This record gives sequence, structure tokens and C-alpha cells, in this order.
Amino acid sequence: MLAWLARARTGGLAALVAAIVLLPLALTNNYHYEVAIVVGLNAIVCVGLNLLIGYAGQISLGHAGFYGLGAYGSAILTARYGWPPAAALAASTAGAAALAYLVGRPILKLRGHYLAMATLGMGIIISIVIATEDRITGGPDGMAVAPFTLLGYTLAGERTWYWVVGAALALAVWLALNLIDSPAGRALRALHGSEVAAQVAGVDPGRYKVLAFVISAVFAAVAGSLTAHYAGFITPAKASFLHSIELVTMVVLGGMASTFGAVIGAAVLTTLPQVLTLLKDYEMMVFGAVLMLSMIFLPRGLVPTLAAALARRRR
Amino acid sequence: MSLLAVEGLAKEFGGLKAVDGVSFDVRPGSVHSIIGPNGAGKTTLLNLLNGIYVPSAGRIVFDGRDLTGAAPHRFAAAGIARTFQNLQIFFNMTALENVLVGGHLHARAPLAAAMLRLPGRAEAERGYRVQALELLRFVGIEEYATAPADAMPYGALKRLEIARALAALAGLVLLDEPAAGLNPTETAAIDELIKRLSAGGVTVILVEHNMRLVMGVSDHIVVLDYGKKLTEGTAEEVRNDPRVIEAYLGAAAAEA
Ligand SMILES: Nc1ncnc2c1ncn2[C@@H]1O[C@H](COP(=O)(O)OP(=O)(O)OP(=O)(O)O)[C@@H](O)[C@H]1O
Ligand SMILES: [Mg+2]
Repeated sequence: MLAWLARARTGGLAALVAAIVLLPLALTNNYHYEVAIVVGLNAIVCVGLNLLIGYAGQISLGHAGFYGLGAYGSAILTARYGWPPAAALAASTAGAAALAYLVGRPILKLRGHYLAMATLGMGIIISIVIATEDRITGGPDGMAVAPFTLLGYTLAGERTWYWVVGAALALAVWLALNLIDSPAGRALRALHGSEVAAQVAGVDPGRYKVLAFVISAVFAAVAGSLTAHYAGFITPAKASFLHSIELVTMVVLGGMASTFGAVIGAAVLTTLPQVLTLLKDYEMMVFGAVLMLSMIFLPRGLVPTLAAALARRRR
Repeated sequence: MSLLAVEGLAKEFGGLKAVDGVSFDVRPGSVHSIIGPNGAGKTTLLNLLNGIYVPSAGRIVFDGRDLTGAAPHRFAAAGIARTFQNLQIFFNMTALENVLVGGHLHARAPLAAAMLRLPGRAEAERGYRVQALELLRFVGIEEYATAPADAMPYGALKRLEIARALAALAGLVLLDEPAAGLNPTETAAIDELIKRLSAGGVTVILVEHNMRLVMGVSDHIVVLDYGKKLTEGTAEEVRNDPRVIEAYLGAAAAEA
């Protein structure tokens, strides 16, 4: 039982599910639910992004682009083409995956951090296209999004969305933990540990880095699509470079190569600006400072640092 | 019939000819040693033999297939495994997980099945773990199985390198100074390990400075000096070759 609890894939997941189930006890109004839902949606993106940053050792500076593709894909396909929301979600996610593959495939064959540069460009192009193609996307003013309906049932209200996003987050974490604990996940971690030794063991670095990148894009697109339906209205800000930086900061603060760290990082940095409303105008400065300070003082991130401290005390 | 044929292999770094037109054949099932003074090009040669470096000239034919210029993971897939002189351990993993990665080529799982942990995956994972543990026992470090690699002593890490290489179930294993930095007892264990490997039908290429170890286990020895093949032969022939003695003494004199 103890061993079962100590293992991330079982005990950690159980703790996360318990937190999701118990949290509503502390949520007293709709605004609280709203914040919790946004935390959950950001956490889904971060769990995916952490696979790329923490396990494949690559940085994406354009993940908000995939998020935006999911959001605008769903919005456009449902509003302009009358697609059912589930089909729109699947199609825009597949689109994001295909784009990640096309960008990642040639770039991740190279050693080094070229992916950061390529995704930076990709993210900027996506946000410019969204802002300028105003006949389809509504331009800088944004566009309305139809509610999510499935089998005649419409998802509406903060409480319903809380459970949907909570379930989606638990699923995302479960999928990520399973991946990490599989041959493919070990190959990724091995590449991080010693690329040359991993190659000599038969791991094709390009292949596994692309895999992590595509999966991270899928997580971002799904979260983007859910966000669009939940919020009912989207603007290009969600697909912006600044949002990409926020996402990276969440992963770095929470702890690279820690799935639960990604969730914690998303929770801290999503709620912080809400709690300290004074800081709202300086949000980007705060994110910049957090990123810098955590690289200097907590290079491994919150969760791994705390876990190591706890392990030392127990000994 | 040779398992590995190396023809005119060369590698230059800038103007330095680290490996300079080396040719030799490795018979299947043999222990084939490569010796030579520091900087002779032994590690560079091994790096060529599993694709870490692309040769500037020459050919590498393994098991009848020309692998010249292929990526390292292709060499692995062809059946060549390797340990590193300067430890290349996955320090972000446990000892057992290091060995599991060594068996990567035999543990492919469809991605969707792995992520959804479909029935059968858990059992397959258990199977891999049993085999990996078996290898840790084979090299004598099973007590470290669940230890993070960065908490293991040097001698155990040297053996972890070997266990990980063996997990590939490769026909050819390249060992780069497996006894370097080990005490006599540990060295004797490596000696025995190489003999057991060889008895199990694995072909071994051994790079090692410990002459007692080399002379005791080798079927055939190639001597490198300044990137060139100085001579080759049995332990007896090499030991009595005046050029070999001179190369080593010359190197010792130059260092002194
Ligand atoms: N990546 C590299 N770049 C430049 N020069 C290199 C590189 N690798 C090796 N060399 C040089 O090539 C020569 C051969 O080095 P190598 O490591 O192959 O020798 P070695 O026989 O393994 O030596 P040792 O017994 O000390 O391990 C040396 O002069 C070394 O400095
Ligand atoms: Mg060497």
C-alpha cells in the first residue's frame, strides 16, 4: 500500500483526483470556479509541455500557437461550418499534431535548441494569421464560440465545466505518467541523461523528440478547444507569444521533468495574478521575474526541490 | 568468416589523424582486444565502430552489412552494443531503468497502448523488469536495482555500463576500459565476466590498459599507436613483439 502511494503513477494520481474532488468544498462562488477551471486548462497544456521541456530537453516558445489552433479551430469549424464540437475538437487537434510533426521533424534531427527558434517563428505566424484573417477569425476583436454539445447534452455553467476540466486534467496526467513509465518515456528520459548512450542503445533521438513535441501540441490544442467552448468567446491574446512564455514559466517554476510540478506551476501562476489584483498590470513583469528567479534559486523547480528536501529529512 | 570487417578506417580531427587507415577482422565468438598507449586512438576507433563518429575514410561491414556512415541507432539495431570509458550513465534514472533502456530495441510498445496502459502492457513491463534484474545480478550489482544511478559508487557504475550493454542482446559488445579505476578484486570480477560473456557466444571487442586482464582473456590483439595499426596477433605474439614494447616504453619516456 505504501509503495503504491509512493509511486507517482498510482499514489500521485490518487492525490490529484482527491484534490480535484475535494476542491469544490473551498470554492464558494462562480469566480472561484472560473479560476479553478482556468488553472485546470493551463495545467493540461503544462503537463504536455513538460513532456517536451522536462523529458525531451527541448523548449517550445510557440505553444500558445497550438493552444490557439485548438481554440480557433473549434470556434471556426463549429460557428462557420456547423461541425459538431467533438468533431471540431478532433480535427483541430489533428491539425495541431500535423503542424507539430511538420515543424519538428526536420528541426529535431539537428542537435541543439533550434526548436525554440522555429516555434518562436511558428507561434508569431499563427497569432498574426489569427489577428489579420478577420473575416474568419474575427480579428483582434475575437469571436463568439458555440457551447459544447455532445449527444444532445450541452455543457453549461461553471460547476459542470469544473468537472469536465477536472476529468480532462486527471486523464492528461494519467496519460503522461503512463508514457513516462513506458519504453518510449524511458527513451526520452535516457536522451536527457546521455544522448550518446541512448543512441548507442538504439534510441533514435529525432523520432522521440518529435513524439514528445507532437504529444505536447495535442495536449495544448485540446485545452485550447475546451477553453474556447467554456469561455464562449476567444481573442488572439490566448495564441500570443506572451502566453507561450507564461506556459514555459509555469513548467519551469513547477519543476521540469515532474508531471505534478507542471500542475502546481500552472496553479500557482494562474492564481497569483488573480489574488494579487494589484499586480495585474505588471503580469508580464511578474512572469519574467518568476522565470528568472526560479532559474537562479530553484533551477529544478518547486516540486522536485521539495521532494528532494523531504527525502533528505526522512533519511 | 568474420563478424566484423574493418577496412582502411580513418578519422581526422582538424589535422590530427586519430585513427589512420586501420584494418582488421573480428571472428564471431572471439575476445578481440585493442591496446595501445594513451591517445593511440582506441576510443576514437570504438566511436567509429558504432556510428558516433563518421569515418573520414574506410568501411565498416558487420554481419555482411555495410554500416559505414549510418547513425548510431542503426549500429545498435544491427547488433553492436557498447560501454563507455568515461561513464555515460543515465544519472536521471535508477540502475534498473538504465538497464531497461539498454533493452530498448526489444521493448518497443505501440504508443497508444503504452499511454492507455492497455491490458498486456503491465505484464510486458514486469517481464522487462525481471530480465533487467537478471542482468544486474549477472554483473553482481542487484542490490542497487532501485537506487538512483547518481547515488551509486564508481565500481558499481562500471558494471552498470556492462549490464546496460548486455541488455541489448547484441552479437558484438564493445568494452572501453571496463577495468579502469577498479581495484584488483573488482578487476578480477570483470575478467570473469568477460569470460562468461564469451562462453555465452557474445563477441567482445575489449579496449583496456590492464595488461594482465588483456593477456588473460584475449583470443586476438590489435596494437594501435598514433592511430595506426602497429601489429596484431595472439597474446603471445604481441607480448614478444619489440615494436609493441618500444611503443609503450616510448610513450612512458615521453610522459616522464
Ligand atoms: N572529439 C575529438 N576532437 C579532437 N580530438 C580528439 C577527439 N577525440 C579524440 N581526440 C584526439 O584523438 C587522439 C586519440 O584519442 P582517443 O581518445 O581515441 O585515444 P585512446 O587511445 O582512447 O586514449 P586513452 O587510452 O587515453 O583512452 C588523441 O590525440 C585525442 O586528443
Ligand atoms: Mg580511450
